[in-house]
Amino acid sequence: MNIYVILKRTFDTEEKIQIENGRVVDDGAEYIINPYDEYAVEEAIQIRDEHGGEVTVVTVGDEEAEKQLRTALAMGADKAVLIEDEEVEDGDTFTTQTLLAAYFKDQEPDIILGGNVAVDGGSGQVGPRLADQLGINHVTSITSIDIQGSTAVIEKDVEGDQMMLEVPLPLLVTAQQGLNEPRYPSLPGIMKAKKKPLETLDLDDLDLDEEDAEPKTVTKERFLPPEKQAGRILDGDEDEQVRELVSLLKNEAKVV
Amino acid sequence: MAMTEDKVKGGGFLLGSQRPEDIFTPEDLTEEHKMIAKTTEDFVKNKVVPEIDYIENHEFDRSVRLMKEAGELGLLGADVPEEYGGIGLDKISSSLITEKFALAGSFSLTQGAHVGIGSLPIVFFGTHEQKEKYLPALATGEKIAAYALTEPTSGSDALGAKTTAKLSEDGSHYLLTGEKQWITNAGFADVFVVYAKIDGEQFSAFIVEREYDGVSVGPEEKKMGIKGSSTRTLILDEAKVPKENLLGEAGKGHVIAFNILNVGRYKLGVGCIGGAKRAIELSAKYANERKQFKTPISSFPLIQKKLAEMAAKTYAMESSIYRTGGLIDDAFQNLSEEEQKDGAAVGRAIAEYAIECSLNKFFGSEVLDFVVDEAVQIHGGYGFMAEYEVETMYRNSRINRIFEGTNEINRMLVPGTLLRKAMKGELPLLEQAQGLQEELMMMMPEEPGDEPLDQEKYLLANAKKIFLMSAGSAAQKYGEKLQQEQELLANTADLVNEIFNIESMILRTEKAMAKDGAEKAAWKVLMTEIYTQEAFQRIDSLARESLVAMEEGDSLRTMLSILKKLTRHTPINLVAKKRELAAGIIKEERYVV
Repeated sequence: MNIYVILKRTFDTEEKIQIENGRVVDDGAEYIINPYDEYAVEEAIQIRDEHGGEVTVVTVGDEEAEKQLRTALAMGADKAVLIEDEEVEDGDTFTTQTLLAAYFKDQEPDIILGGNVAVDGGSGQVGPRLADQLGINHVTSITSIDIQGSTAVIEKDVEGDQMMLEVPLPLLVTAQQGLNEPRYPSLPGIMKAKKKPLETLDLDDLDLDEEDAEPKTVTKERFLPPEKQAGRILDGDEDEQVRELVSLLKNEAKVV
Repeated sequence: MAMTEDKVKGGGFLLGSQRPEDIFTPEDLTEEHKMIAKTTEDFVKNKVVPEIDYIENHEFDRSVRLMKEAGELGLLGADVPEEYGGIGLDKISSSLITEKFALAGSFSLTQGAHVGIGSLPIVFFGTHEQKEKYLPALATGEKIAAYALTEPTSGSDALGAKTTAKLSEDGSHYLLTGEKQWITNAGFADVFVVYAKIDGEQFSAFIVEREYDGVSVGPEEKKMGIKGSSTRTLILDEAKVPKENLLGEAGKGHVIAFNILNVGRYKLGVGCIGGAKRAIELSAKYANERKQFKTPISSFPLIQKKLAEMAAKTYAMESSIYRTGGLIDDAFQNLSEEEQKDGAAVGRAIAEYAIECSLNKFFGSEVLDFVVDEAVQIHGGYGFMAEYEVETMYRNSRINRIFEGTNEINRMLVPGTLLRKAMKGELPLLEQAQGLQEELMMMMPEEPGDEPLDQEKYLLANAKKIFLMSAGSAAQKYGEKLQQEQELLANTADLVNEIFNIESMILRTEKAMAKDGAEKAAWKVLMTEIYTQEAFQRIDSLARESLVAMEEGDSLRTMLSILKKLTRHTPINLVAKKRELAAGIIKEERYVV
């Protein structure tokens, strides 16, 4: 089977986000594979181990993203592809999807796995848009997948309920938490990853011009959520407390 | 391969000056190193930490299971060669594993004793057959190892062991009899490296399996800290050990014992780095959360001062200990394949850096003790409560100053080894000390330049002169009898230690500045400045105390005036520097470097 994983390099979830001059400060920040994409890598490895074939991990990013690709190789993926997007300024989901679509045009995937959403941008769009571009089926937020011949039997998370589907391959799926427990790259895996192929492609290699991948959105402003205020205990008897609460909700919090 | 000409001699840092590119620094870690560190950290945080309360409660079946899981990831096989089922990585990789395992609290003792003092004697000194028999299972965690040297009446005096080994009448077995005390992992270890004297005389090492007749263990000890490590007495009652389980040569057990201790000391230091970083992180987070007088306590300068001092000392230990790691790794890389299989050659390679290993041990454990003490203080009353991690860290830290050779023994070893190397002509210390005398009489104080680290480099150069003057004078005055002047020896060890720390920090910081520019190395510069100035004050007072103790009259007056010249400098504003450093730690809520 030709198994592909699309993954993104994101901030470590333990990083404190700081904004300076409208940009997220990334000095000295730790990066990881987007946690949802990590489920995808794990599932891809399990599918390969059961059905044979090859796992290729693909990312769009700068050369730093090579580290996350190496991590995926250390977990057990076979090959990696880095699509460099540095030529496109302030790329958005459209940019990513365009680059990926151009790459996949020349591949013959049986299945593409990705994360349900990235923990930084949080759009959840790249997977479905890519499937649309490639003209293949897609299922988002999956919590279980079993490949039977040319069909995938899938459980999908629907707002806490489960939906069961049978979908023919080729197929794109995005992983929800609970799909599996990603393995840690083992030390032998880390040493082997050094020798596995990692290909770097740029726009030229994909026959694209900068204009083809220019973002469709503009980020106007970035700001942090308001800081959490200390709690307040209301005084008085029950009636007074309720009156005070209603008044606060109306006038201060402005939610009713 | 013969040792290369420009190979760095153990203790060589005391003479001449080295270039930044000659030392290993944590900034030199490869991507693989970082991935190994991350796998270890993730494993410890996600798998070990949730179980630590149970383990502290002596549910050791969990420890055994976690060791197997660690083994599956390769976390026990870094020092074991590939041909014996390990991964055979460099020494920096295994150091990173040790540093990250420190986050596992007392479980780190189980892992550390297993991969270190438990397995290494077989890795370094075992025969092919012994390695083939034991190492594959030790590398995967299928079997767990322990190390049995200490006895009720022989601790620091290891060679005074009373455990005996007697060859059986048919010559097929040794019969071991005696008690080995405070054996880490004894509750579940399968394999013990045991020291005993053949016929009460030849101090030798043996590989002893738990299942052998005559082997048993005592009850769990009740300890102040590291409660999650199993500590018991190993009881040998005519224990039947096959004669092929003699490890190394008969009567050469001390070669194994002392070299394994050297590595153990270095690794103990590495573990302290991990612990100190964690304590800083916890303290900074707590200081930001905790409000008194409606203000986060992190905004109080006295709390900031503590955080800054914790970090500067941690930087000193991290710089000097990873530098040692680089030296040891180079020594191993320089061994040919054949030498790597030859215990004596391996022993020589490790013994070369015995001084550095002792420094790492006593300095690392004292920095960690300082750091966890301040961490408890920053936590106030909560730091005294068992629910808070710093309470456990405080108790766990204390043993580090005692085991793997007490800090006092390690201090004695530093000048002792230096003197031996000087006598053997390996280090021209005495020659330099003599040449120095004239130079010192003529010397005029200099003004250091005002580029970053200029003053620190000037102080370092003077510190080396102060060391030569005070140690040279002690050697001249007492000769062989210097051994009895333990206070002077300890002062010398402390001088050597501060020189090693200051130089390691300066070189590391310079290396980082050359690579990433001064701006990115700002925290490193600050920590180097803070530590160097404070250490230099200690150097001044240590040397003064020693000189006053051994010289008198004109000679003392001359030396004190030289000391005064050598220590003259314009102090920097430590109050301001510490506030500046603390601001970074408070913002990032971790050790910034």
